[in-house]
Amino acid sequence: MMEAVTIPPFERFYDAHNGEILAFLHRRLGRAEAEDAFQETFLRALRAYGRLEHGRDLRAWAYKIAERVAIDVHRRRAAPAAEEPAAAVDDRPAYAQLEHLAGQLPATERAAVVLRYGYDLSYAQIGAALGSSEDAARQAASSGVRRLRRKELR
Amino acid sequence: MSVSPELDRRFRAAAAAAGLLDVAYDVVDSPLGPLLVAATSRGLCRIAFDPEPDEAAETLARRYGLRVLRAPLDAPRRELDEYFEGRRQVFDLDLDLGSVAPFNRRVLEELARVPYGQTTTYGRLAERADRPRAARAVGMVMNRNPVPIVLPCHRVVGSTGKLVGYGGGIERKEQLLRLEGVLA
Repeated sequence: MMEAVTIPPFERFYDAHNGEILAFLHRRLGRAEAEDAFQETFLRALRAYGRLEHGRDLRAWAYKIAERVAIDVHRRRAAPAAEEPAAAVDDRPAYAQLEHLAGQLPATERAAVVLRYGYDLSYAQIGAALGSSEDAARQAASSGVRRLRRKELR
Repeated sequence: MSVSPELDRRFRAAAAAAGLLDVAYDVVDSPLGPLLVAATSRGLCRIAFDPEPDEAAETLARRYGLRVLRAPLDAPRRELDEYFEGRRQVFDLDLDLGSVAPFNRRVLEELARVPYGQTTTYGRLAERADRPRAARAVGMVMNRNPVPIVLPCHRVVGSTGKLVGYGGGIERKEQLLRLEGVLA
């Protein structure tokens, strides 16, 4: 059985993750929409915070919420994904080369790929974030990457 | 990537305005040094001297719930500023004394009636709370007053007129009584 992890006050959670979540949204959405999405992400987190049962993997949980907010923003955009502005400069070139394609993946695969290769979360953390197992997270990420490579070769 | 002060401020204000917080806290500058001020949706619940904001979040979370965020508390800040500038004698703030035991609450309600610029004694306050022999217990209630300054425990002195004690330190009690014109 896993050890219970104390949930920190929201102030600490916000303080610990706000910078990286803003950076994530910046890359997913561009500068213009990142700030509104940032606010929406942490308001959603705050709404759900009282219902958390443990403090494990809160970082992954924050990314999961941010990813959902980003998906909602993409859905609201009228323009097709291919016409989105180029992503900001990235210090992770391998992922940056694929990032512009990631928007076309099924939601779970996209989340797994983004969290694994864009944000370096472990499969266990990604599994926790997506509400699935570590193995399922690994499979989602690898099938997402295969799909991306096929598109890239085309 | 660091969050700009403007975006940070905007999020904190939005969180408070949306009513999503169990408790909001802020640090307010005063002539007595920085004050920690905290409020729930029901009202002001804590004022503390010499705040340690890191510990404050933990302490508040244990008492009021995990949704703790530093956020602007405009009304308490404004009224405290006015009080320290000598422009306010009565606070017009809702209080949340939900976590205070019944006897303590009774004493604090009597304390709230002690007017600006006047003092009373622990014994007299005990009498007014219908516990005439509980002067010492009243002293303990003063010591644990969750909202000093607004609930004026600095106006309670010993039967000989000695200041006796103060949760924030006796110098601060003197300073407050000087501000109110009780001490020269």
